[in-house]
Amino acid sequence: MGARGETWLWLLQRATAVVLAFAVLVHLATLIYAVRHGLSAAAILARTEGNVAWLGFYLLFATAAALHAGVGLRTVLREMTPWRGAAADLLVLLLAALVAAAGWRAAFGLFA
Amino acid sequence: MTGTLRVSVWRGAAAGRLVEYEVPAQESQTVLDVVSHIQRHLDPTLSYRFACRVGMCGSCAMSVNGVPRWTCRTHVRRVARDGRLELRPLANLPVIKDLAVEMGEFFAKWTRAGGAFVPAPGLGPDFARVAPDAPARQAASAGIECIGCGVCYAACDVVRWNEEFLGPAALNRAWTLLNDVRDGAGAARLGAVAGDAGCHACHSQQSCALHCPKHLDPTAAIAGLKRATAMAALRGAL
Repeated sequence: MGARGETWLWLLQRATAVVLAFAVLVHLATLIYAVRHGLSAAAILARTEGNVAWLGFYLLFATAAALHAGVGLRTVLREMTPWRGAAADLLVLLLAALVAAAGWRAAFGLFA
Repeated sequence: MTGTLRVSVWRGAAAGRLVEYEVPAQESQTVLDVVSHIQRHLDPTLSYRFACRVGMCGSCAMSVNGVPRWTCRTHVRRVARDGRLELRPLANLPVIKDLAVEMGEFFAKWTRAGGAFVPAPGLGPDFARVAPDAPARQAASAGIECIGCGVCYAACDVVRWNEEFLGPAALNRAWTLLNDVRDGAGAARLGAVAGDAGCHACHSQQSCALHCPKHLDPTAAIAGLKRATAMAALRGAL
């Protein structure tokens, strides 16, 4: 990957980090609220089902996490192992797709 | 200070061993004085580099008790532990012999980072007038006093992990030129310093800034390059 591609990956990781900084806070606050108020799974689902705002939030959160982890894992691989090139990039892309798919599945599970 | 220093010195190339010497301790003694004493009085086959002895030329850097330093300006009393010194060649560079390392790749990376000044077209024969307080001039001034000693390069973990990484000194040089209004190669230079071997590989751990004997901050220069390359990418100019 050339200078342009590497710079865009770097930008992507910074941009997703900004999203994650807020998303993780919201996620943790939600967790604490649910625990302190003793919300059951059914009570949580009653709040999230059909709620487009929560669906959008968790789709964005899962996508940002997948992209951020993918770029980061690629960097770790390149620094800690001699493995580089298209095959390594493809593996990281597959892992990122897997994380995104799992996240999206969970988000739709809360929605519908 | 009187007494005797016990000095372990790396002898050999990549494969070698530490050899211990006893050197008389003196007042205001630098680490380079110690090395010179060994070479002149104990073992004339010891190889090392120095030239100016006053912190200008950047040729005498070595690893002193595990820390990269310019030895001509490093006082023994500040770095010796219990009267002991361990001197090794700079890390992250191939060892030629004893304390002398091969600096070729280090300076080749300056070239690859676009480290040569390229006059801007239409510069004219007259002196360029650069306001001392202009932000670009200030940014260039902050990094311009590099003496090319290689201390930052030896201190950098990213260089150790990624041998292609251009390193703090070369990137600092690129940043000073990017802020030189007389230079005309900015766009090409941004392409040269972007990417896995360039500024984006830096983790901002700041070992370079911590150990630089001139108290420069290559990490800040690299952060500047990251901003400049990101802006260029967003404009579609990279």
